[in-house]
Amino acid sequence: MDLSIAAILGVDGVINGAIYALVAIALVLVFAVTRIVFIPQGEFVAFAALTMALFQTGALPGTVWLLLLMVALVLVLDAVRAWREAWPLARWARLALRTAALPLVACALTAWLVPKQPPMVVQALLTLALVTPMGPLVYRLAYRSLASASVLVLLIVSVGVHFALTGLGLVFFGAEGFRNPPFWDERLSLGPVTLSGQAIIILGASVALIVALFVLFDRTLTGKALRATSVNQTGARLMGISTDAAGSLSFTLAAFIGALSGLLIGPTTTVFFDSGFLIGLKGFVAAVFAGLTSFPLALVGALGVGLVEAFGSFWASAFKEVIVFTAILPVLLWRSFVDPHDEEH
Amino acid sequence: MDIRRYGLLAFTVIMVAVPFLPVPDYWITKLNYVGLFGLVALGLVLLTGIGGLTSFGQAAFAGLGAYASAYLSVKLGLSPWLGLLAGLAVTVAVALVLGWVTLRMSGHYLPLATICWSLALFYTMGNLDALGKYDGLLGVPAIQFFGISLQEERRIYLLIWLVAIAAAIAITRLLDSRPGRIMRALDVHRGGGKTMPEAMGASTFRHKLLMFVIAAILASVSGWLFAHMQRSVNPSPFGIKFGIEYLFMAVLGGVGHVWGAFTGAALVKLAEDQLQTWLPALLGTSGSYEIIVFGVVLVLVLKFAPNGLWPSIERLLPARRPRATAAAATEPLPARDKPATGSVLLEVKDARRTFGGLVAVNGVGFTLRAGEIFGLIGPNGAGKSTTFNLVSGVLPLTSGEVWLRGERVDGKGAREIARRGLSRTFQHVKLVPDMTVLENVALGTYLRTGSGTLAAMLRTDRAEEARALAEAERQLRRVGLGEHLHELAGNLALGPQRLVEIARALASDPALLLLDEPAAGLRHREKQALAEVLRQLKAEGLSLLLVEHDMDFVMNLTDRILVMEFGTPLLEGTPAEIQASEKVRAAYLGTEH
Repeated sequence: MDLSIAAILGVDGVINGAIYALVAIALVLVFAVTRIVFIPQGEFVAFAALTMALFQTGALPGTVWLLLLMVALVLVLDAVRAWREAWPLARWARLALRTAALPLVACALTAWLVPKQPPMVVQALLTLALVTPMGPLVYRLAYRSLASASVLVLLIVSVGVHFALTGLGLVFFGAEGFRNPPFWDERLSLGPVTLSGQAIIILGASVALIVALFVLFDRTLTGKALRATSVNQTGARLMGISTDAAGSLSFTLAAFIGALSGLLIGPTTTVFFDSGFLIGLKGFVAAVFAGLTSFPLALVGALGVGLVEAFGSFWASAFKEVIVFTAILPVLLWRSFVDPHDEEH
Repeated sequence: MDIRRYGLLAFTVIMVAVPFLPVPDYWITKLNYVGLFGLVALGLVLLTGIGGLTSFGQAAFAGLGAYASAYLSVKLGLSPWLGLLAGLAVTVAVALVLGWVTLRMSGHYLPLATICWSLALFYTMGNLDALGKYDGLLGVPAIQFFGISLQEERRIYLLIWLVAIAAAIAITRLLDSRPGRIMRALDVHRGGGKTMPEAMGASTFRHKLLMFVIAAILASVSGWLFAHMQRSVNPSPFGIKFGIEYLFMAVLGGVGHVWGAFTGAALVKLAEDQLQTWLPALLGTSGSYEIIVFGVVLVLVLKFAPNGLWPSIERLLPARRPRATAAAATEPLPARDKPATGSVLLEVKDARRTFGGLVAVNGVGFTLRAGEIFGLIGPNGAGKSTTFNLVSGVLPLTSGEVWLRGERVDGKGAREIARRGLSRTFQHVKLVPDMTVLENVALGTYLRTGSGTLAAMLRTDRAEEARALAEAERQLRRVGLGEHLHELAGNLALGPQRLVEIARALASDPALLLLDEPAAGLRHREKQALAEVLRQLKAEGLSLLLVEHDMDFVMNLTDRILVMEFGTPLLEGTPAEIQASEKVRAAYLGTEH
């Protein structure tokens, strides 16, 4: 290997790493606020990429039906609760409106715009609008009533959600894989390295999102409430912070980040309905590197995963997954020395 | 004989008889799968239901067992029995490495590690030429059993179910034994954790590792049987999807119950076949849509029936009879030689402990002589509990020394200190709620007994086990709880629970008993009963260190008292001296200015 190949692989690794960083950051965010190890994060990535692909073909993406299914389930659950607890109709209607309004608007807009073949930017925005609401809906359906369960139970629930979402992905998107056209066709030459426009978008979007999250957590009251919840749920509740709302918000952010990652990754690789799992798990290796707690370390870990993968695929392409997932062992060993956790308090 | 045993015997006879009856081949095949899957799920029952850990990599361990034997028998022509041994060796090695790396950390690192390792193994199997890549290895020979070929489904059926039933019995026996009690005391979310078993002298890390290795072995054996039943191997049944399905089986059947594993395996196998037929028909395309149902059902089960289905089946069976104990008839466990009355037992010299910038304990020193009750008192935040944790080895000292019976013990850790004759109770009662009072107290005999896992599975530990239970019963009678031996510890009120903790500590035959706020939260009557027990223990020559809040309680009971304030010693003396002291009054009530 000479220097120019190393440079090309390095750039590849950083670009992949940027995507994994987004996934890892979402995972750390969700875990910190809710103690949920959110295995299905990758599903949002795949769903967004596939939604975008279906827009390209001019078809109505299955995301619409999936989203409507989730909304319907939540509405039914809320109706049952309202009936049991004899809520006044107005209260139930308000809740239903809050649940259904945004998703329905997104679905309606999509149905109206699809036949008009809108420009890519509009398609991307619609994709975000369709996938992001799934976050809080998944939280509501699978996790909310289990908020006080152990990390282990929540993890097993996550695996159940992953199974269900993957299967639904197959139903609504089919088994076919898609590769999206890039948002920007430009190619820039920097010495031996050619940087595609898409790569620049990926890096730019990742950096922008990380900065935005930093601002959110450090400078806004909402972010501080989320941080408070992550430190001590009971304490936060006593301060009037709703842990429900915090959980819901963290899932919204996670779904948004996932959808964005999906848009970014779509043009770089062929995405299938079940591709999200591997992408999500690579984000996990990075999040574990961060002990599931630190955003900056998650970023470092993700770049590490991207680089290991890029160089691994050069030396032994058939074994690149093996290399990436075996890398978690030294990472865990290192963590066990950094923080030998005591789980009793 | 317990009626339950007849039930098990009947089940075994029926299962063994099945292949000799005119049962259609279709059902024999089904039952073979149920046995194989149940074997893997059984490991998860031990790991998840008992230990509060989990693994998504059990399918991968099955893969190791299957591929090791398939490779050796296909490529090198070796006997499948050698393949079994090779598979087990590899499995144990991998499980030890994974467990060693992750089990020191929070519980969620093990499952994450097993997901990753499972994927890594899957892609390794799928890409190695020697293992036939994704096509796998074909022409795996059948197992020969003393010259009889187990090629026919009905024959390997017998081997599968004998192994499965033997494994279920072995795990049941293990749970009802010395190592099993520690395993049942590990789950933080069911009253257990790390501190209590360590204080009983048991290594929690070793027991967790042991459970993980046993679970891996069960999976590996299942994989071995699978390979020689199918007569071929390929990577797909050992991927992460199956790893998750095994956990699903355990959770559905009842993750805390040995027979829940087989209940879950049967349900999932039958449901899977049905769903794979009619879901694609319903949706009009082919695909593994059953995972949607599995995922949704998994979430629903955890929400609405976290104990799975087995408890509802168990309710139909006759109740388990409590085991008879015979305290008088057995030889007592070995006792340690007791320190001479008046000799120095515990010496704390200039102990200091800081948490970051906070000095919690500074310059604390005292001497406790054999046969006395020494009290450590002080207002909230005085550093009493920290001192207690320094003495019992839960926390390391920043500086200073602790000597127990003439031996320096600071920095030795709770287990080693327990080994040297110090036993303790906990301010927040740490009993395993779903174990009986007797079993909880038997935890205390851990260091006085020595039977291991294999002895428990083979039941060669029964003589020692009887002595341990007899000792537990004796200590329970000593504290006046002889009527509650077979009650679940979680059903007792706080007062009796505190006494159970004392009995458990006594069961370790301590030279020194440490009591951490034993009267906290007790009602007046309960306090009186407790004081009575402590007085009686003192009369029997036991030495006690008492950390307490309740002035009355301490003053009437102790020989000498050390008062602490703001982490430093304020005054040491007899109860009368302490009560007369202006300084102590000021520390508790404040001064007039």
